[in-house]
Amino acid sequence: MPRTVRDVVFVDGVRTPFGKAGPKGIYHETRADDLVVKAIRELLRRNPGLDPKKIDEVAIAATTQIGDQGLTLGRTAGILAGLPQSVPGYSIDRMCAGALTAVTATAGSIAFGAYDAVIAGGVEHMGRHPMGEGVDPNPRFVSEKLVDESALFMGMTAENLHDRYPHITKLRADEYAVRSQEKAAKAYANGKIQQDLVPISVRNTNAEVGETGFGLVTADEPMRPGTTLENLSGLKTPFRVHGRVTAGNAAGLNDGATASIIASEEFARENNLPVKMRLVSYAFVGVEPEVMGYGPIPATEKALAKAGLGIGDIGLFEVNEAFAVQVLAFLDHYGIADDDARVNQYGGAIAFGHPLASSGVRLMTQLARQFEEQPEVRYGLTTMCVGFGMGATVIWENPNHKDAGGDK
Amino acid sequence: MSTTELLKGAAELFPDEVVTSAHVRHLDLPFNAGRFALITLDNGFDHTKPTTFGPASLANLSIAIDQVEKEASAGEIVGVGITGKPFIFAVGADLKGVELLKNHSDALAIGKGGHEVFKRLSGIAVPTFAYYNGAAMGGGVEVGLHCSYRTVSAALPAFSLPEVFLGLVPGWGGCTILPNLIGADNAVTVIIENSLNQNKQLKGGQVYDLGIADALFEGADFLEQSLSWTAAVLKGEIAVERPAIDRGEAWDQAVARGRFVADSKVHGAAPAAYRALDIIAAAKDGDLQKGYDAEDVALADLIMGGELRSGIYAFNLVQKRGKRPAGAPDKSLARPVTKVGVVGAGLMASQLALLFLRRLEVPVVLTDIDQERVDKGVGYVHAEIDKLLLKGRVNQDKANRLKALVTGVLDKAEGFSDADFIIEAVFEEIGVKQQVFAEVEAVAPAHAILATNTSSLSVSEMASKLKNPERVVGFHFFNPVAILPLLEIVRGEQTDDASLATAFGVAKKLKKTAVLVKDAPAFVVNRILTRFMGEIQNVIDEGTPVEVAEKAVEPLGLPMSPLVLLELVGPAIGLHVSETLNRAFPDRFTVSPNLAAVVKAGKRGFYVYDSGKPELDPEVAALLKQGDVVLSEEQVRDRVLDAVAQEIGLMLDEGVVAEAQDIDLCLITGAGWPFHLGGITPYLDREGVSERVNGKRFLEAGVASVPV
Repeated sequence: MPRTVRDVVFVDGVRTPFGKAGPKGIYHETRADDLVVKAIRELLRRNPGLDPKKIDEVAIAATTQIGDQGLTLGRTAGILAGLPQSVPGYSIDRMCAGALTAVTATAGSIAFGAYDAVIAGGVEHMGRHPMGEGVDPNPRFVSEKLVDESALFMGMTAENLHDRYPHITKLRADEYAVRSQEKAAKAYANGKIQQDLVPISVRNTNAEVGETGFGLVTADEPMRPGTTLENLSGLKTPFRVHGRVTAGNAAGLNDGATASIIASEEFARENNLPVKMRLVSYAFVGVEPEVMGYGPIPATEKALAKAGLGIGDIGLFEVNEAFAVQVLAFLDHYGIADDDARVNQYGGAIAFGHPLASSGVRLMTQLARQFEEQPEVRYGLTTMCVGFGMGATVIWENPNHKDAGGDK
Repeated sequence: MSTTELLKGAAELFPDEVVTSAHVRHLDLPFNAGRFALITLDNGFDHTKPTTFGPASLANLSIAIDQVEKEASAGEIVGVGITGKPFIFAVGADLKGVELLKNHSDALAIGKGGHEVFKRLSGIAVPTFAYYNGAAMGGGVEVGLHCSYRTVSAALPAFSLPEVFLGLVPGWGGCTILPNLIGADNAVTVIIENSLNQNKQLKGGQVYDLGIADALFEGADFLEQSLSWTAAVLKGEIAVERPAIDRGEAWDQAVARGRFVADSKVHGAAPAAYRALDIIAAAKDGDLQKGYDAEDVALADLIMGGELRSGIYAFNLVQKRGKRPAGAPDKSLARPVTKVGVVGAGLMASQLALLFLRRLEVPVVLTDIDQERVDKGVGYVHAEIDKLLLKGRVNQDKANRLKALVTGVLDKAEGFSDADFIIEAVFEEIGVKQQVFAEVEAVAPAHAILATNTSSLSVSEMASKLKNPERVVGFHFFNPVAILPLLEIVRGEQTDDASLATAFGVAKKLKKTAVLVKDAPAFVVNRILTRFMGEIQNVIDEGTPVEVAEKAVEPLGLPMSPLVLLELVGPAIGLHVSETLNRAFPDRFTVSPNLAAVVKAGKRGFYVYDSGKPELDPEVAALLKQGDVVLSEEQVRDRVLDAVAQEIGLMLDEGVVAEAQDIDLCLITGAGWPFHLGGITPYLDREGVSERVNGKRFLEAGVASVPV
């Protein structure tokens, strides 16, 4: 049977405000599944043109798939969100690139013709599920020296990346981090972020944390507007004595969820759904696990090659800021300045937080907003590094561009 | 006296209150609608211990309102909301606190205290919002009624004003505000009709449909959506419109309908519904404060009255004692029941088969003496399952499953060889029953329980000829089996603990209220009802007109008159039970010659209903041979109540049940005797009958009456 590959589009994306993991965090008494369920419901309310019966899949990512992030979250979240029973679902894990993989995996199925429209997203409640919860690494990793022990600790891999690129100093990383906070604060002030946030009701029963009872979260908790270099310079380097990686130049430990609608372009247009971004290509690449932060570089090379594009064609970048050093390594590789205006215009994970498997869709939601504002930009990309040595990149076309949809 | 002092005084009377906190938390509303204060009612326990309002809880809410009042006046907040902990909004006044109240002024303080706190919600300088997130009852509903707006969760399972059901009035604003919010007719439905209809609960959607809530949101993100809606209301983007209230004739008609409902349920015998209706009637002019004052007085009067105390006592019996039967052996002794046998395939047997099938979901096998009867029994069960399917009570899969589980065989060996529980419902004749049990014992496993549904025969005698008499128990259901909750579980002389524990285990799965009863003639309900009916019959036989005898017991507010009840039971069965009891206790139980004549004539009852209401059947009237002693209603009532008090006293002396509480529980759940009588012993105590007949009360003062 002859097949035609179909164009896949990003229809819309939302997320919960992100919280700080731990007993004082806003989501300490909130379940992970409830976060993603509320994101899905908001997404459907925002897009009444999407008949829930026509959703072909619910793909939800989580890194630690146990407890309230287990039980095949894609399926259970669909039921809890009130989707028809006929809508199936599954769970995805590619650590930090979980939601991104939920988008690409379902996008592939849409292009192939198996689906018309899906919900793709992710959640990570790092307070309820700290990194490494319940892991049982095979002893051969160490006995056969398959990976260095530091590969399991993301902060250590970031220190390793600093070792590889000595010219990326702690100062550069801190300067980058300060800019990320500044850009995020500005984006908030300009209302760029709030429009895609889902308000979440939260309960607090611990008087030591703050006011008790039910409250409503409408903004990201981790942000530290007004952060200065001086603030950052004195921070501890928890992963290595005299190291470079601090809580200030890395994303924190966070709770949050994202959800997006991905559809064939034809379906989106027939159902009067917005077409915010058109998928061009995507790629995943493995690298040495000890320097997992290198991952976005080869992943982007591969995605560009598949798209027949060069880095110069990319007008907007959403690079996940797991660590400043990892963004800087990427920028250096491609000869992009640390403060290039095309990169992370609204700030990044250093400011907003990085609830692992949820973050990919945050990058896309922000890129989509930037596409709307900047029709002169034709291509953008979302990229992230992934634990155990991987990189993931998705290249998108701006449908608002005059040449969009045509040949390059 | 200030509210604070009122509540402080009340709190001292109730040191064991589970205190509800009123947490105030601030938040930013969506859409830049402003700073908002949200009060969460939370008693610190999970949903299994719902949030209630005692005096200290009200004081906490008062303090929270102090805070938000100030913030509102200072312009620091744009609105105030109130919601509950997960799954629970608030379920009203703490009844334990009400039970402790000893005098009218304390009772008045509770009413005033609640009003003083709640009504401040309507006086705050900014709009107030109630978010009914979960179960809301009584005072919980009322606190929300004082707010400017309300939202309700579609997932809310239970919403009611149950006060009238218990013997109170919705006295913290309910009687006054509700009719002014949703109209008198809807208010009568909620306050009177639902309450008197076994405390029927509303679901979230109905709360919205009735107009009590202004918006309905699904459970998944109820609070978020409520707050978004609040933001839109405060910004003027949503205008809340409520239908105009008809304050004309419709209001009076609604109250009249309420009185009709109350009369048909309690026959004027319990005051609560009438007091509530008086307040609803007066609320027509929209004067809220006048209504609140009337509520305070009604509440205090009722709290100091016997009907409420009986109501709370009855409620606790059903809710607590009914779930933990007195004298039941340790449940760990119970054996599993994986297959049930039913001897007999008549109507009663078939009804039992259906009940076991639905609740236990194990194979149920019917046997009888010929194939036709067996087929008819199985056919009845199948037809009933089809009815459930049509009503949507079971789905097709469940119907298939249930139908496949019920079978009928002629050969007891084939049917019962692997059954764990076998119940007989054959003819009420000791010889027949003994023979059936002997046949069953020959084929059933040694551990199988042999249960009898006898209503009047001796369980011990039935067991006496068996090899293993220790496994025989009485399992006495009440008609209609599917509706009346009571199950009298009879311990025979030789019944062992394991068999009894198994019987109680089965009863629990059947969702019945099990009461342990000694193997005494006619057990509990039938013995008391027969003594009661017998005395009515006696005065008729002696010469009192039928209608005088019937009217004599009307002030009790029983669900139906004695002769209508006799008709329901069937005169022949009534006669049979009276004969049994007459043999056991000839000095107290008579066999009425007139009843015998009615049965002999083949009459099914005393009344004809040609005119639409019961009138003595002329053919029955012609059969009656009466003496010439004509008693007044009061004399009849005294005789009947004296007889009942005497009989209960004797039953307790004989140890038929553990305590008077069990008698009351049986009468409430097996005969439908009303809450306001507390079954019957609280009523006999408060009317002085117990003292007169037995020289002492059944229950200590304070158990089902105002403590002294």
